[in-house]
Amino acid sequence: MPEHDVLIIGAGLAGQRAALAAAREGVSVAIMSKVHPVRSHSVAAAGGINAAMSVDDDWRSHAYDTVKGSDYLGDQDAIEIMCREAPGEVMHLEHIGVTFHRNERGELDLRPFGGASIARTAYVADITGQAMLHVLYEQLMKHSSTVERFEEWFTTSLLRNDDGHCTGVVARDIRSGAMEMFTAKSVIIATGGCGQAYLPTTNGLIVTGDGMALAYRAGAPLMDMEMVQYHPTCLVDQGFLITEGARGEGAHLLNSEGERFMAKAAPNKMELASRDVVSRAEQTEIDEGRGVGPGGKGIYLDITVVPRKRTLEALREIVNIGRDFAGVDITREPIIIRPGQHYFMGGVKTDVDGRTPIPGLYAAGEVACVSVHGGNRLGANSLLDTLIFGRRAGEHAAARANDTAMPKASDASLRDDAAMIEAIIARPRDGRRISEIKEELGETMNRYCAVFRDEAGLSQALEVVVRLKEEATKAAIDDRGTVFNQDVLGAIELGYMLDTAEAVVVAALERKESRGAQFRTDYPERNDAEWLKHIDINLDAETERPTVSYSPVTITQWQPEERKY
Amino acid sequence: MSEFTLRLRRFDPESGEPPYWDEHTIELEPHRSVLEGILQARGRFDGSIGIRCSCRAAICGSCGVRINGQPGLACHTHLDEALARSKDNLITVEPMGNMPVIKDLIVDMDTVHWKKVQSVTPWLLGREPVPEREYLVDREAMVDVTQSMACIQCGACVSDCLAMEVDPEFTGPAALAKAYRFVGDPRDAEHEERLRSLAEDPHGMYTCTHCFKCVDACPKDVNPMGQIMRLRRIAGSDHHIEDRNNGYRHEHAFVENIRRNGLLHEADLLPDSYGGKFHPRAVPELIASMPVAIRGMLRGKITLRKALLHPHKASKELRAIFDKVESKPKRYELNLYVSGTDADNDPAPVAPELANAEGSA
Repeated sequence: MPEHDVLIIGAGLAGQRAALAAAREGVSVAIMSKVHPVRSHSVAAAGGINAAMSVDDDWRSHAYDTVKGSDYLGDQDAIEIMCREAPGEVMHLEHIGVTFHRNERGELDLRPFGGASIARTAYVADITGQAMLHVLYEQLMKHSSTVERFEEWFTTSLLRNDDGHCTGVVARDIRSGAMEMFTAKSVIIATGGCGQAYLPTTNGLIVTGDGMALAYRAGAPLMDMEMVQYHPTCLVDQGFLITEGARGEGAHLLNSEGERFMAKAAPNKMELASRDVVSRAEQTEIDEGRGVGPGGKGIYLDITVVPRKRTLEALREIVNIGRDFAGVDITREPIIIRPGQHYFMGGVKTDVDGRTPIPGLYAAGEVACVSVHGGNRLGANSLLDTLIFGRRAGEHAAARANDTAMPKASDASLRDDAAMIEAIIARPRDGRRISEIKEELGETMNRYCAVFRDEAGLSQALEVVVRLKEEATKAAIDDRGTVFNQDVLGAIELGYMLDTAEAVVVAALERKESRGAQFRTDYPERNDAEWLKHIDINLDAETERPTVSYSPVTITQWQPEERKY
Repeated sequence: MSEFTLRLRRFDPESGEPPYWDEHTIELEPHRSVLEGILQARGRFDGSIGIRCSCRAAICGSCGVRINGQPGLACHTHLDEALARSKDNLITVEPMGNMPVIKDLIVDMDTVHWKKVQSVTPWLLGREPVPEREYLVDREAMVDVTQSMACIQCGACVSDCLAMEVDPEFTGPAALAKAYRFVGDPRDAEHEERLRSLAEDPHGMYTCTHCFKCVDACPKDVNPMGQIMRLRRIAGSDHHIEDRNNGYRHEHAFVENIRRNGLLHEADLLPDSYGGKFHPRAVPELIASMPVAIRGMLRGKITLRKALLHPHKASKELRAIFDKVESKPKRYELNLYVSGTDADNDPAPVAPELANAEGSA
């Protein structure tokens, strides 16, 4: 039975950063992921990372932009920490090898990004997430004697002792099918969001809300779950991401009349308003009949206004995506895009050190809600969030481990989880197929819990999700094997997604106002008097139903004001 | 919607049975990917089909397979393209080569690919002192290493590396491209040590046979073979590293031979490659090549006249070429990563002839 001081679940940017930070404190560290670390979805982050590094920038400006971007729902103490520590963190990444793009003087080059008052986004072409993830993995290879890696292990539950402390996890070795209990003094979940609850989504197939559901089931609250970001520029068919870097480099959005319609919604920032604003403006154009492409379901993104060499050098990945997945040469003609599900601002509620209300349990990255993004995340703040709070969680989890004895865990959960998997494998084959249930979930969420929402639609969505939860318990699988049984993992992931989706819908129903990514057509105004607060969703242990409570928003120096771009 | 038939190579390690073929007919738009086809088959017909996958957009590197014999990403190959390459109207999908199969389309990358990556010291050994802010480095140098940074570690190049088939210990295209990412990085302090160890390793960078398989296989235009050639050039030109295959001396002998003779004088080339006719290293090589030389004489390919009385003079034009190349202050590396020019968007670009005429005037 493996024992570690700090155990990290998830090996994207937040998880790897946490592991390296914890190892630096001298404690024993393990990092576990259901995929090889470089497959983690951080790899898909394209545009860059924000930090107030240039001489004419200031972290307060970055913090203000972030607060305004969050529609004042972000906690300002956490935002201050993130923005103040950003330049140091980016320099650290530069020193360990990230190949950031340079300017003519050899310094880090900065590109403009949505919702930012100055160019402050450092980048590696449009593969910033990939470059950073691979460089952190280089560091894991370097520190392989101090950070033990469990690659392709799937977590089935969090362990809690009688005092309610988190004492480790139960996991399955995907390759052998063996179940194992991992004991740890501190556990950090860094498993990312839950984009796969939506169809389509920019997120990979592995992004199934594992950590959110695991923590929620273990009794941790989920916060800001109604805040689901729709990225303004996704391919119409497959939903693939076209980086905000394109607009940062100067690309225009055009409707069927060839009009730069952002002039109406955001006369100052135009295409570089924050994402919720741009996505709503696009959806309005589409809904009012000014969309382009088949069925008028898209909007033109015109990158031809960017010099071709610059596009080939700095937006190389989307040149490939355009060519390979849409048959379009983006340097020569506009590409058709639309808003698509991209990011969960909400997640497991933590403080600024990554602590959840469960002692010994930490969270960082998209799975967590500190909350630095509030109602809407600014582009290029997510990579920053993963690194700053990944590092802080790693350091604080290590400090806790230094003051804690190795917990003694009973193997009851191990036996329960093994039995749970056996039961899934032994299910009769008369239930619905997992793929069918997942598809219905994704379409429902994308229809009722998207850019525009209302009471009737959300109630409908809740009804569907509750029914699907029931159907999922009987869903049939085909694979009876133990080696790489991805079918049985799919059944468990479906449960994770449904729990997470239910929390999203319940929170969206609860918030009777429009703020950030939550736009209620039946409550179209922001209502600070009643709703300048976080919504927390807890799982009621008795009824196994979500319950709603509230927590205050921390305001330090920026009072809510009208939000205009 | 069109119908496509996928022919998947399946293997269940628990069954005790050998691999077998499994066919499924799926329905999708022709420009959708082979991965989407496989996922439809898995979703609708058989949940036990094993394949690693996540992003569906050629960035996570999970779904490396062979499609109709060609290595690549399943998500990066359109169904209609795959069908066009097929001889039997089926889209055949198999696991990658050079790595053991775990189940169906899933291979063991750890014991082959990742082990090789680990062998090239795959982390930055940064120059000291570490600056307070960023290292100040050439803009172009960072764009240049970003090409090898763009590698997503999918293993497609490893799958069909011919040199690795012959020598399984060969470091291989992906790991060597990773090595270039540090050798080409001006922030790294140990370029020479890295190159020396790649040169001294009998399965290192000189094992590549230049077959271009990896260049074709790579879905991200990393051009692994090109990176290997650049490692070799930098090792030879910048660090004068003599490799165990004698490639370094051979290259120099070749260049000097042309400079001296104008046309290649083959009889001199062999001894020159070993340091000259009278160098102790050359003697056993010359003796060993006697049978070839004798056969050549018997067939009239070598004559004593040609061998001994070859004219030793290079033309003026040839010397001018040498002078021009050698007068360049910096070695010109062909970086195909970024193509096109700023002028591409200009409404009235300057005609290339004019630009050239101006440049040479």
